[in-house]
Amino acid sequence: MGSCSSRKKSAGQGRFYVADETTPADAELELVAALPGVLSARRDCGELVAVAARDSALALFTVLRDAHGFAQVMDICGVDYPERAARFDVVYNLLSVTRNARLRVIVQTDEATAVDSVSGLWPSAGWWEREVWDLFGVRFNGLADHRRILTDYGFEGHPLRKDFPLTGYVEVHYDTERKAVVYDKVQLTQEFRNFDFLSPWEGMTTLPGDEKARGDRR
Amino acid sequence: MSDAAPPATKTVEFDSHTINFGPQHPSAHGVLRLILEMDGEVIERADPHIGLLHRGTEKLIEYKSYLQALPYFDRLDYVSPMGCEHAFALATEKLLGIEAPERAQWIRVMFAELTRVLNHLLAVAHFALDCGAITPGLWGYEEREELLSFYEAASGARFHANYFRPGGVAKDLPDGLTDQIAAWAERFPKFIDDLEELLNGNRIWKQRVVDIGVISAEDALAWGFSGPSLRGSGVAWDLRRAQPYDKYAEVEFDVAVGQHGDCYDRYLVRMAEMRESVKIVKQCLAKMPAGPIKVQDNKITPPKRAEMKRSMEALIHHFKLYTEGYHVPAGSTYTAVEAPKGEFGVYLVADGSNRPYRCKIRPTGFAHLQAAEKLTKGHMLADMVAILGSLDIVFGEIDR
Repeated sequence: MGSCSSRKKSAGQGRFYVADETTPADAELELVAALPGVLSARRDCGELVAVAARDSALALFTVLRDAHGFAQVMDICGVDYPERAARFDVVYNLLSVTRNARLRVIVQTDEATAVDSVSGLWPSAGWWEREVWDLFGVRFNGLADHRRILTDYGFEGHPLRKDFPLTGYVEVHYDTERKAVVYDKVQLTQEFRNFDFLSPWEGMTTLPGDEKARGDRR
Repeated sequence: MSDAAPPATKTVEFDSHTINFGPQHPSAHGVLRLILEMDGEVIERADPHIGLLHRGTEKLIEYKSYLQALPYFDRLDYVSPMGCEHAFALATEKLLGIEAPERAQWIRVMFAELTRVLNHLLAVAHFALDCGAITPGLWGYEEREELLSFYEAASGARFHANYFRPGGVAKDLPDGLTDQIAAWAERFPKFIDDLEELLNGNRIWKQRVVDIGVISAEDALAWGFSGPSLRGSGVAWDLRRAQPYDKYAEVEFDVAVGQHGDCYDRYLVRMAEMRESVKIVKQCLAKMPAGPIKVQDNKITPPKRAEMKRSMEALIHHFKLYTEGYHVPAGSTYTAVEAPKGEFGVYLVADGSNRPYRCKIRPTGFAHLQAAEKLTKGHMLADMVAILGSLDIVFGEIDR
């Protein structure tokens, strides 16, 4: 992923002024990049982002919490990139109220490999990790409570994966004969319409008809 | 009684038993299902089951253009709709590299603060109602009506406003609205006085909330608290002050901080915040300049309706914006605002197309509710209701 290129260069002096990423004097970025376990660090829209090795992530988080004041993990979430071998990003948004700083740490994993849980460091991580498990199917080593959290009791699949259809597989309705709420295969009265509004002049790089040959459509 | 007689002892055995609190319970603030393991009337373990209002907002947003994604944010925290919109509008602006014009930023700050009052009125009213006080509920709802009429005047809708847009706000304030808001700002502190007179020293109220659900500053941080719940524990942390967005750097206000971290302090912080919000609204009215209310770039914001009727180019822009939308350069941002309930964040990943690749919503109540067991353990069953009320939980945002 690249950085935010400023759409309007004239607006570059405003609040969201994005520093040129090659600016040499970014002490914070260098500090983060030098931490043990950090594979790479960059600025995205001016925000510090570090990609960490999965195996040493827990040690890195311990250092960040104890030595760098990141007392809060505000959010843990997953992002799915199905075309990658390690398809999931687990994204940790850390906040330090003492240093007034935010840091985003990204750990990559695949469907089979578990990530070390940080619920021992920050108790608030427990539910966030349950949510990542529920919606993406990423397992966490050492997470005490590995139940689903947002989806229904007995739900199957991980809905925020890119290969999970928007309409899902099952729907519930009340069956008057059986006097109960029952699950059924989802029935669409109209086929799911995923309109392609992309302009053929600026949005699309593959011409209609060439999708199979190019294997992508964007 | 003679001293020699042994004291009569009686062994009573209590079974711990499990109570299903909710999901259809008037004090569950929506659809919370809480499994409570009780020892007599004392809570041993609390296990909140959430997700009964899960609508898959994050998945739906991945299939919508940026403009179409915005109305979903009204439906997250439906008690403070514009607070949620604010985070998404700022996140999209950050990715686009644009900045809303001055007037739009002032309007957004003003409505964010009106939203805070809107939220805290309901929070305090429901909190009091849960503890048995009916009058604050009736009064609070009456006051909310007036604020909702401001919402309606500005956006056309009382709740689902869809007003803050990436690049500004949907439309300019109608004539006379600023005068109405100014009149409200003069009158409203009197209402807070009345409400405080009703509750602050009230013996029953204090017996229900003082020293109930205490959480220390360290624990509150570790459990990911934010907003009034964190400030109630004595941490002076407010994103409007620490990481100001829009025009918050240019307004003066105090950050209300509690001391004890109990339900009573969380209530007091909310009351104080309403007074500060009125201050900020007054400053917004005084400082708001005339001028455009959205970015003057028709590739991002739609042209005026009247212009559309006469100009071919405007018509094309209008059509393209409402079908294809705009393309957002690849990048990612975690943008958080100080929503009335605390830190409401949006982690937005753009891939260069017209739809968000991933939009993670960081609800505030999620972290607060997670600490329910920590807060309630060892308390009586009735205190559970007070603690839930003091955390100001709304399931629209928690379940997404």
